[in-house]
Amino acid sequence: MIATESLSKRFPRVTALDRLSLDIGPGVTGLVGANGAGKSTMIKILLGLSPATEGRAEVLGLDVATSGAAIRERVGYMPEHDCLPPDVSATELVVHMARMSGLPATAARERTADTLRHVGLYEERYRPIGGYSTGMKQRVKLAQALVHDPKLVLLDEPTNGLDPVGRDEMLGLIRRVWTDFGISVLVTSHLLGELERTCDHVVVIDGGRLLRSSSTSDFTQTTATLAVEVTDSDTHPDGTRALREALTAAGITLHAGVEDGLPGAGHILLLEATGEETYDLVRDTVADLGLGLVRMEQRRHHIAEVFRPQQANQQEEVPTR
Amino acid sequence: MSIETTRTETTQIHNIGYRNYDGPRLGRAYARRSLFSQSLRGAYGLGRSAKSKVLPMILFAVMCVPAAIIVAVAVATKMKDLPLDYTRYAIFTQALIGLYLAAQAPQSVSRDLRFKTVPLYFSRPIERVDYVLAKFGAMAGALFILTASPLVILYIGSLLAKMDFADQSKGFGQGLVSVALLSLLFGGIGLVMAALTPRRGFGVAAVIATLVISYGAVTTLQGIAYGTDNIDAIKWMGLFSPITLIDGVQTAFLGATSSFPAGAGPSAGLGALYLLVVLALILGSYAVLMRRYRKVGL
Repeated sequence: MIATESLSKRFPRVTALDRLSLDIGPGVTGLVGANGAGKSTMIKILLGLSPATEGRAEVLGLDVATSGAAIRERVGYMPEHDCLPPDVSATELVVHMARMSGLPATAARERTADTLRHVGLYEERYRPIGGYSTGMKQRVKLAQALVHDPKLVLLDEPTNGLDPVGRDEMLGLIRRVWTDFGISVLVTSHLLGELERTCDHVVVIDGGRLLRSSSTSDFTQTTATLAVEVTDSDTHPDGTRALREALTAAGITLHAGVEDGLPGAGHILLLEATGEETYDLVRDTVADLGLGLVRMEQRRHHIAEVFRPQQANQQEEVPTR
Repeated sequence: MSIETTRTETTQIHNIGYRNYDGPRLGRAYARRSLFSQSLRGAYGLGRSAKSKVLPMILFAVMCVPAAIIVAVAVATKMKDLPLDYTRYAIFTQALIGLYLAAQAPQSVSRDLRFKTVPLYFSRPIERVDYVLAKFGAMAGALFILTASPLVILYIGSLLAKMDFADQSKGFGQGLVSVALLSLLFGGIGLVMAALTPRRGFGVAAVIATLVISYGAVTTLQGIAYGTDNIDAIKWMGLFSPITLIDGVQTAFLGATSSFPAGAGPSAGLGALYLLVVLALILGSYAVLMRRYRKVGL
């Protein structure tokens, strides 16, 4: 779908992309990086709108430097920022955008009705966009990127500004774009956790350089961080400490201080789950101590963990140069 | 048997699900034409809310009413010639044209800038040049419809009143050329003003200010020059406002009577300079718009 070869983009003051080589296949791919990591620059280059300083990139087998228009005909793009005029309805806007992609008038109308239904907009699609909620606006933005049935869509921070429920719905929708519609997706985010659930493959970039590129199954296989919280009892006035000592004695690796600064951090134990038996061991240990188990849950990886060297060692390491 | 049943079910499930599009994709030229027609219709509020139809439609009607009255009077009194030249009509109604431009130019470009819709266009096959050409063409086209329609009414009326056909056709033709130039010039100026200000209100104010201030200054100075018998100065001053430029060009080349004080329009030599300035302004507007959209593209 997408291939880049030592792709670089330098502005007078900053290097946005630094010799980035990627090979992205069909499916849902997450592009993760902090703000300013070069995600948006990358998308601009892939759409053939901004020339690369060095290196080359191909989208759908077409060179971005020479076949920009052909690429843009078969690729959809959803911008990060607000881009919808408030005084037209979703239907009017999406029909217009379908025609801008080259669809004849009748086809544009049919595809618009279909696409808006697929992203979950029904009767409200005839009302002016100005009255829509953020979630609905994001759906319209997604619809205009899908209306011409592209082979690939580039979604720039599609979950921005959404509440947790809206986020989950959007991620589910993105997953369906690939599984049900057969359209490959490149989705950017600064949250690794949310992409982990949606994507088949995750690419992490930082400062314009490739930090890691691996399939999401690799992420989940290696380690799962387990968060455990217990109550105190009369025999163990500090239940958390008692459990920590008991687990350390049982040979389990405990993480220290990852969640420092978060509310309740002092009462949560983070430990490394190596397999099913760890869960059983924790359960039995808690029961033996006579404590109440408040929670035992898997923690999502945070982007920061990728930067932690000990974590990186366990991953398939990709040379950054 | 059972295999066939399964197949039918699969087809049904597929039909209510996502359908791929394998129809024609008409590409860049088609997209540019679509944007042109959408913008042209939008300039008269067509395909937009009822509220946005009010002003352009009223202005269009007001533009045509004087022509209709002139025709009615001419037919009723069996005049030999129209009381107002074709080329004079736009000069006569310039305030209406200015108002229309001030209202519609920002509508056409400021909205896309303000609501950041431009990236949605540039992530599609069309390029900067297509966008600028479509918007420019649509604005000039809308102005041409506004300024040429009353001329058509005058022409039809003159034929109904059985005025001299050759004479009227020539005048009508000259009038059309004049308003075509005017539409391009005004359209360019209006779009540049509007494209530089994402705020619609500022765009409206900027367009009105440019037209009114330049015209006001030029006529005032021409009046002073006339008072001091400086006829040459009158001819040169006309170069500094859009409508007097058009007046100068049509006086020099399109057989119009100048509306300058003392009728002191430019001769053919100076007229060529007028024409050059008009063409330079039109091309300049296009260049400024291209520059402007290089920055905002995505």
